[in-house]
Amino acid sequence: MSVASASIQFFTRLLRYRTKCAVPFHAASRILISPYLPQVFGGNKVLLGTCAQPLRSEEKVTVYFINRDGRKITTSSAKGDSLLDLVVEQNLDIEGFGACEGTLACSTCHVILDQKVYNQLGPITDEENDMLDLAFGLTDTSRLGCQVCLSRDLEGITVRVPDRVNDMRRSDDAGPTL
Amino acid sequence: MSTHKAALCKVQILKLFLTSARCGRITRFHGVCGLSTSTPASSAKVCIVGGGPAGFYTAQHLVKTRTDVQVDIYERLPVPFGLVRFGVAPDHPEVKNVINTFTQTAQHARCSFHGNVRVGKDVTVEELQEAYHAVVLSYGAEGNRTMGVPGEDLAGVYSAKDFVGWYNGLPRNSELRPDLSCETAVILGQGNVALDVARILLSPVDILKKTDITQHALDALAESSVRRVLIVGRRGPLQVACTIKELREMVNLPGTRPEMEASEFEGIAETLKSLARPRKRLTELLLKAAIETPGEEELERRNRAERAWGFRFLRKPLEVLPSTDLIRAAGIRLAVNRLEGDGEGVRAVATGEVEDVECGLVISSIGYKSLLIDPAVPFDARKAIIPNTMGRVQQTAGLYCSGWVKRGPTGVIATTMNDSFDTARTLLQDIGKGTLDVSTVKPGSQGVSTLLEKRGVKPVSFSDWEKIDSEETRRGEIKGKPREKMLDVGEMLQVARA
Repeated sequence: MSVASASIQFFTRLLRYRTKCAVPFHAASRILISPYLPQVFGGNKVLLGTCAQPLRSEEKVTVYFINRDGRKITTSSAKGDSLLDLVVEQNLDIEGFGACEGTLACSTCHVILDQKVYNQLGPITDEENDMLDLAFGLTDTSRLGCQVCLSRDLEGITVRVPDRVNDMRRSDDAGPTL
Repeated sequence: MSTHKAALCKVQILKLFLTSARCGRITRFHGVCGLSTSTPASSAKVCIVGGGPAGFYTAQHLVKTRTDVQVDIYERLPVPFGLVRFGVAPDHPEVKNVINTFTQTAQHARCSFHGNVRVGKDVTVEELQEAYHAVVLSYGAEGNRTMGVPGEDLAGVYSAKDFVGWYNGLPRNSELRPDLSCETAVILGQGNVALDVARILLSPVDILKKTDITQHALDALAESSVRRVLIVGRRGPLQVACTIKELREMVNLPGTRPEMEASEFEGIAETLKSLARPRKRLTELLLKAAIETPGEEELERRNRAERAWGFRFLRKPLEVLPSTDLIRAAGIRLAVNRLEGDGEGVRAVATGEVEDVECGLVISSIGYKSLLIDPAVPFDARKAIIPNTMGRVQQTAGLYCSGWVKRGPTGVIATTMNDSFDTARTLLQDIGKGTLDVSTVKPGSQGVSTLLEKRGVKPVSFSDWEKIDSEETRRGEIKGKPREKMLDVGEMLQVARA
């Protein structure tokens, strides 16, 4: 880890600790941001607190992502609460992932898990199910990445990012629009 | 020995500096700090018309994918972000988080924002095509579909586009002054915009006053007499176009109760098991709110509620009925429909019956509509979109489109995001294949600046917008709001130039 990315991580961690904001940079972007992003840029950045037990810094969890193009990304996190946080902190190249920054206002962090892993996780709230309803390619083992909390039990899991993340709210759909 | 080691160390350090990773980082830092990287003369210059989600997502994909693309975004207003600022409801601030991503894009070294430039008036699309290798039209839908019924021009009748623009601070709607002194409001249309309008009309002011809703809207809503909102659609409960999140917000809206006709839901419960999951969950929630007998606690809550809302189905507007002085709306005449066909082929057919509903506020939420902004751009007036194939504008090389002006005005921000990435990919493919010739040297924003200067137009840069942003945030803080939006373009320009 370079000095640059270490200090970026430190500052964003500091920012989050102080303001309890979602980390304000987009996972798909390679653009490094200034850590001094003002708190209010027109949006609410409060994370819906799902991950009550964040990993302690010495616990690493390895997660394998299968990206939309089928390529496997191996990553591990020493910290971070949810799968979305992991994607963001490790700056994984998953375009368009986590548009609403983990606030249950979109379905772009839709991931597909193995049945066993899916069964391990806690119950799904109405709010998450409401957004999952709109996810493209929904399966019986689908979750929103921002609501899946990393823990030691999830060591070594494989997470598939479905093709063409797309809210169902579009014009060529017979279902709900706008 | 020590000098040998020192030399070795120096070589190692030099090596570190020269590894691609480190070089990459330096380039990126240049990007972050906004230092001018010398953009090679052969870089592709792309112009994007429209500073909303489509424009920004298209720009994002372009600058992220190729290091030799320079993108300039032109926006009519001094302020960026389009419907994220002016369309998303004030009580949905988390949806506006995408602004953070747009901000990064705007601050990228190879991207620049030019506000206060009206394409079609201050500069033509042809002039943009001369200055840039490619022009992407992402200017959205600033018009709306009309009901096309008598009485649509009466006072008290508004398009949802204008009503939403009014409470969200769109300058052209700042003088709307809707009359909220009636008891019943009727909204035509049952999509998410219709539900947003209903929710804003019925939300407790205590909730709204902590949002970025405009002050004049807040004041008007605090004085509002509206107690009942009907959300009217042509077809039945299974065709309702809103999504479950917004419906749940209505069901849970403090101080309100649902009021619907059980007869309009006959036969619906039986269809549940055959429905796909999203429609099934939505219909279940709708049935629960509309016809299920509530538990004791919920019953008490409903009895205490002073405001009511409900869907009405199978109704189509025929006429807005005037008041006795013929100036304002006093009611709406609706044709009663029945449904024919099934599945996706379900159609609403008039029965001949008619129903009058007394109301003083009529809001038509039946769709936004794109407009033609420049005669040089092909436009399909029937579909109200720019004819295109995968984002390439038909019959016009070098012209592309993304967002609502390309697909039609439906879908959410994420839909537009994917669509914009698609157009950007198409454009980059064309560069790669040579179909889009980027070998000539084009003047880009320099060329356009010269034209604008001659015409007395002064663009607003992104850092100028940041001054507006700071001032709005400062004014909001005083009132405990995220921001207090400026309503006047003149004021925005004054602050931008300060």
